[in-house]
Amino acid sequence: MLLHDTAVLFGRYARQTLRSPFQIFFGTLMPLLYLFFFGPLLTGLPLGREGDSWQVLVPGLLLQLGLFGASFAGFAVIMEKNWGVLERLQVTPVSRLALLLGRVLRDAALFVFQAVLLVLAALAMGLRAPLAGILIGFGFVALLTFSLAALSYVLALRLPSPQEFGPAVNTLAMPSMLLSGLMLPMALAPGWLDVLSRFMPFRYLVDAVRDAYVGHYATPTMFYGVLVALGLTALAVTVGTRTFRRAGA
Amino acid sequence: MPIISTSGLSRTFRTRHGEVTAVRGIDLTVRPGEILGFLGPNGAGKSTTLRMLSTLLPPTGGAATVVGHDLLRDPAGVRRKIGYVAQSGGVDPQETVRSELVLQGRLHGMSRTEATARAAELARDLDLTELLDRGSTALSGGQRRRLDIALGLTHRPALLFLDEPTTGLDPGSRTALWTLVRRLRDEHGTTVVLTTHYLDEADALADRLVIIDKGVVAAEGTPAALKAEHAADTLQDAFLAVTGRTPAPVEHAPVAV
Ligand SMILES: Nc1ncnc2c1ncn2[C@@H]1O[C@H](COP(=O)(O)OP(=O)(O)OP(=O)(O)O)[C@@H](O)[C@H]1O
Ligand SMILES: [Mg+2]
Repeated sequence: MLLHDTAVLFGRYARQTLRSPFQIFFGTLMPLLYLFFFGPLLTGLPLGREGDSWQVLVPGLLLQLGLFGASFAGFAVIMEKNWGVLERLQVTPVSRLALLLGRVLRDAALFVFQAVLLVLAALAMGLRAPLAGILIGFGFVALLTFSLAALSYVLALRLPSPQEFGPAVNTLAMPSMLLSGLMLPMALAPGWLDVLSRFMPFRYLVDAVRDAYVGHYATPTMFYGVLVALGLTALAVTVGTRTFRRAGA
Repeated sequence: MPIISTSGLSRTFRTRHGEVTAVRGIDLTVRPGEILGFLGPNGAGKSTTLRMLSTLLPPTGGAATVVGHDLLRDPAGVRRKIGYVAQSGGVDPQETVRSELVLQGRLHGMSRTEATARAAELARDLDLTELLDRGSTALSGGQRRRLDIALGLTHRPALLFLDEPTTGLDPGSRTALWTLVRRLRDEHGTTVVLTTHYLDEADALADRLVIIDKGVVAAEGTPAALKAEHAADTLQDAFLAVTGRTPAPVEHAPVAV
């Protein structure tokens, strides 16, 4: 039931995405600009971490891609709600979890695809990193975008008016990006900023991916990163299913 | 056994400007195989009642049993048995007629082959065959309405809720829909609950009418009984008598335009 419904809905949403090349590539634009025009500025700087500047920057750009892409995913469900499609789906016996998973898996697949494009471009710019590390990085992108997209749907469905969705997401996403040290590692930060950033879940993710990019797979940082990623995923599925169960309200 | 029975079903919305009680306590019994018409002025609570009965909106009071399942305790059981066509439809503009019909079948547990065959059948019944591969944005209002209705019929539900199904349909499509509704009842025993503002439609199609006003049942009975009760020649007059909107006297302040 759940598997069948999820597969059917994933298929529908994936086909919708494939019909829109703009949607497929647009998300890579901002991180690519950073890669081309910001990346070269860092090559000679001491960044307070092991590895060269690309091994520090690219993990940050991967999470930036995921953070901004996935947190706006909720727009799609606002549209579906306005068209009456959401109610039409909700009145069928389809599994409520599948209503969430079908979309969220499409989103995660899209963002991992964009992450692959970004890493290919980064390789051309001079990134060198172990293959296992790069694959672990994609794993983190998958978990992050899965959870964030789900939470974005929750936000979109729970906000009293949809016009508030865009501003609300921007207000959350910008500080999250800055406080997680996505562009430059928090190792450079003064004490207070470093402390503040420890309250940002994304910091643990980006630090874990940076470890993976220099070939360290069994570090406490990696452990915390995995813990945070799984925690976010569990939270997102729980809250998401509950929201889709009563989203008629 | 009734196919729908409700007691004190009610719904209050909380809005920024205070509470709106849309439905104040509806007691209703519907027999299997009945075609029941819901009438009532704009804002009377017809759509809200239908949305509660189809599990989309949790009631704030009362209880209901729908096709043998308790509305509050077993909404999933209710959903398997009912079809629901919303007043404003529910078609995705990014999809074609065919893909919407097939999706609906698959969400009701059909295989791809079954869903495809069912889509063709529905298209035939609702006169959509020529339009199957059109994007849904390229349909006229009435064609889209027929697609909405086809979507609600996909799984041959025992109970069908139609919220203003014929609004926007041309006279031909409207009579075709009446015929379809009667056939569903006669050939499959389907129970149909529909709302309408067209009193000729209510008169011609419904076995029994329920007039809702300000969130309560203001009157119910067969079209003939309602007319007799209010000594009215037409359903229109009976309706106006029930809802307290007797035709206004003629001379008035000029219309401000
Ligand atoms: N989501 C909502 N929030 C607040 N009030 C609502 C909501 N939905 C409906 N209402 C109010 O509840 C009342 C009943 O609305 P409903 O849509 O059930 O009427 P209706 O009988 O279907 O009318 P119509 O013939 O115009 O379709 C109206 O006063 C409406 O403004
Ligand atoms: Mg209505």
